[in-house]
Amino acid sequence: MSTQTLTAEAPVTEESGEARHMNMIEAINSALDVMLTRDSDVTLLGEDIGYFGGVFRCTAGLQEKHGKTRVFDTPISECGIIGVAVGMGAYGLRPVPEIQFADYIYPGLDQLISEAARLRYRSAGEFIAPMTVRSPFGGGIFGGQTHSQSPESIFTHVCGLKTVIPATPYDAKGLLISCIEDNDPVIFFEPKRIYNGPFDGYYDRPAKNWKGRDDAQVPDGYYKIPLGKARTVTEGDAMTIIAYGTMVHVAESVCREKGVEAEILDLRTLVPLDIEAIEGSVKRTGRCLIVHEATRTSGFGAELSALVTERCFYHLEAPVERVTGFDTPYPHSLEWAYFPGPVRIGEAIDKILSE
Amino acid sequence: MATAKDGKGGNRPPLELHVPEPHYRPGDAVDFSHLTIPEAGAQFRPDEVCEAKATHPLCDDLIRVLGDDNKAHGPWDPRLSPDTLRQMLREMALVRAFDTRMYRAQRQGKTSFYMKCTGEEATSISATHALASDDMIFPSYRQQGCLIVRGYSLEEMINQIYSNKGDKLKGRQLPIMYCSKRLSFFTISGNLATQLPQATGFAMASASKGDSRIAATWVGEGSTAEGDFHSALTFATVYNAPVIFNVINNQWAISSFSGFAGGERATFAARAVGYGIAGLRVDGNDALAVYAAERWAADRARSNGGPTLIEHFTYRAEGHSTSDDPTAYRSAEEQGEWPLGDPVNRLKNHLIAIGEWDEERQAAQDAELDVMVKEAQKNAEKNGILGHGLHHPFHTMFEDVFEELPWNLKEQAEQAIRERAIKFPEGRSKS
Repeated sequence: MSTQTLTAEAPVTEESGEARHMNMIEAINSALDVMLTRDSDVTLLGEDIGYFGGVFRCTAGLQEKHGKTRVFDTPISECGIIGVAVGMGAYGLRPVPEIQFADYIYPGLDQLISEAARLRYRSAGEFIAPMTVRSPFGGGIFGGQTHSQSPESIFTHVCGLKTVIPATPYDAKGLLISCIEDNDPVIFFEPKRIYNGPFDGYYDRPAKNWKGRDDAQVPDGYYKIPLGKARTVTEGDAMTIIAYGTMVHVAESVCREKGVEAEILDLRTLVPLDIEAIEGSVKRTGRCLIVHEATRTSGFGAELSALVTERCFYHLEAPVERVTGFDTPYPHSLEWAYFPGPVRIGEAIDKILSE
Repeated sequence: MATAKDGKGGNRPPLELHVPEPHYRPGDAVDFSHLTIPEAGAQFRPDEVCEAKATHPLCDDLIRVLGDDNKAHGPWDPRLSPDTLRQMLREMALVRAFDTRMYRAQRQGKTSFYMKCTGEEATSISATHALASDDMIFPSYRQQGCLIVRGYSLEEMINQIYSNKGDKLKGRQLPIMYCSKRLSFFTISGNLATQLPQATGFAMASASKGDSRIAATWVGEGSTAEGDFHSALTFATVYNAPVIFNVINNQWAISSFSGFAGGERATFAARAVGYGIAGLRVDGNDALAVYAAERWAADRARSNGGPTLIEHFTYRAEGHSTSDDPTAYRSAEEQGEWPLGDPVNRLKNHLIAIGEWDEERQAAQDAELDVMVKEAQKNAEKNGILGHGLHHPFHTMFEDVFEELPWNLKEQAEQAIRERAIKFPEGRSKS
């Protein structure tokens, strides 16, 4: 059995073109543009993505450039969007459906779980679902309970689906290109709180943008970041912090402000998971904190915690800690009480270090 | 809980909840005279590229070609050659012989499950004849006739039913959930109606590429209640997709009669009206009418006329599956009283009536087909039957979840090998 895609990397080369500043929206737009240009089978569909360019502007200008049959609006029917994308994949297209908010993805679950994720298995490889479902997720934008959720663990629990979550513009583009070229169905969650700039967790401080950051220097052309490879954000010996999406930045700023030299791992891909990076880091530091914004019970942190405990138990000097959202719907007015911000993370760091 | 007696709502009349009830239950005498069965040949036939609206009177009618005189009547007569009619009859008889034998195989413990299509043979066989051989079929679970028409080998079908080592689906799917990309037959899902938006998507893709292939999909009337049905019709009308929706109204969804899918209020063909797409309602036990309707819809789709919804009005003559006992919920008289007869007999009688067939040839063909099925079964059984060890090597269980094997599946495959060594310390030649 080949392991081609897992290790496949198309690093930045001269062909990738000049790097320039992009925020995450521009980086995603650039990835879609590159793939629409390279592969005539790539087709974008979703609510408001065509003429208007998407409610977050991720597809702005793409219909005009690539045509109405390559980039088009759909009825408000997530079941239909995903179901149609399965059929398009069966024909031989490489559909990239957008679900406007991750919170709206549930009507499409049967088509994702029972169909897209199972086609290869149930047809013994005759039919595949090479689709990438893009969807903005996560809170911190006063979206209330229907525009803030982080449902990634619903999808990581489904065998046959890959789940990818970028944390920087550079990664967003390279990962999205890998997802589109992947022959398995991928859920690509875009942390919408960091579309326009990294977030340190302090909602009451001025918002930052991506300007001046290396991870927002994005080549114009084609490059890939392989699925299943975590990124080491900061090196350190004090503890390992495992995070993804928005929480990478929050964890980083907490460590910086507290002066804690933690090794922060940005998973980038939840499935397939870079277990080697996790094991290597935790065995070295002996302490592990897992941070995600999603609700706690049966969240992906539970899986990570179990894996770390199973594989690194004799190297641990403190119990594995999880910092997560609370097990409530995402409240509108109390958003920042819900959000696993600097206080919650700081407390967990102190607890781990005190052992 | 509030009731009318509590005085809630003042003097307003109490509301009543309607829970549908079929006409007949076990032991009831059956009288289908309430069904309107129009004369064969009495239905108008609009042009294939007409406005959808022009078809809508047909959604409340019933397109019929074969009359009580066993002759073909009216504008929907597809004027098929006797050779084609004989071929269709042969395939319908073959499916029936195959169903009989596989049902028995399940009862003999050779597999876990089987589903017959008795009484509904025309709805898949005639319809498939009306399609081009590379038009994509998105079947439900009772469309074995489509595969038979396209020449799928009986032995391969039985290998799949037995989940044996010859099963090209590697024993992963419930029996009868076939798949053949070569024959443009999509993999069958156990989740109902999911194939409908998929068929629409395939048709949209074909259209966006300027291809000429259309898609045809099948669904039971009960599953039209699923959201997928409505999503599929919405997308089909929005993008004018070249897709045919075959709704097989066989009156029963396991034990729930068609009233639980809204059949008391409107025909299933009438769903087309609200979506603004073409709709036809056809006598599903009339092989000629089914062919004519499907061909009309295929020609319409192929000339960019858009989607068509066809309700095939038929009757599920047997249980839902080998796990079902229909005598527990419906009158045993229903099948015999069904006013549209049996599709195999009706086609046979038509061929006899036009001097192209006779009972002797029919009997000889039935005997021949029976031998053919038996032979295929014997060959398939060389590859094993369910539960007797002749299955695919079990590492195949971990393959095809993803294109590549991730680390967790590698670890789990190793665990499975360890478990086998513990269970069978002496070693085992099979599997």
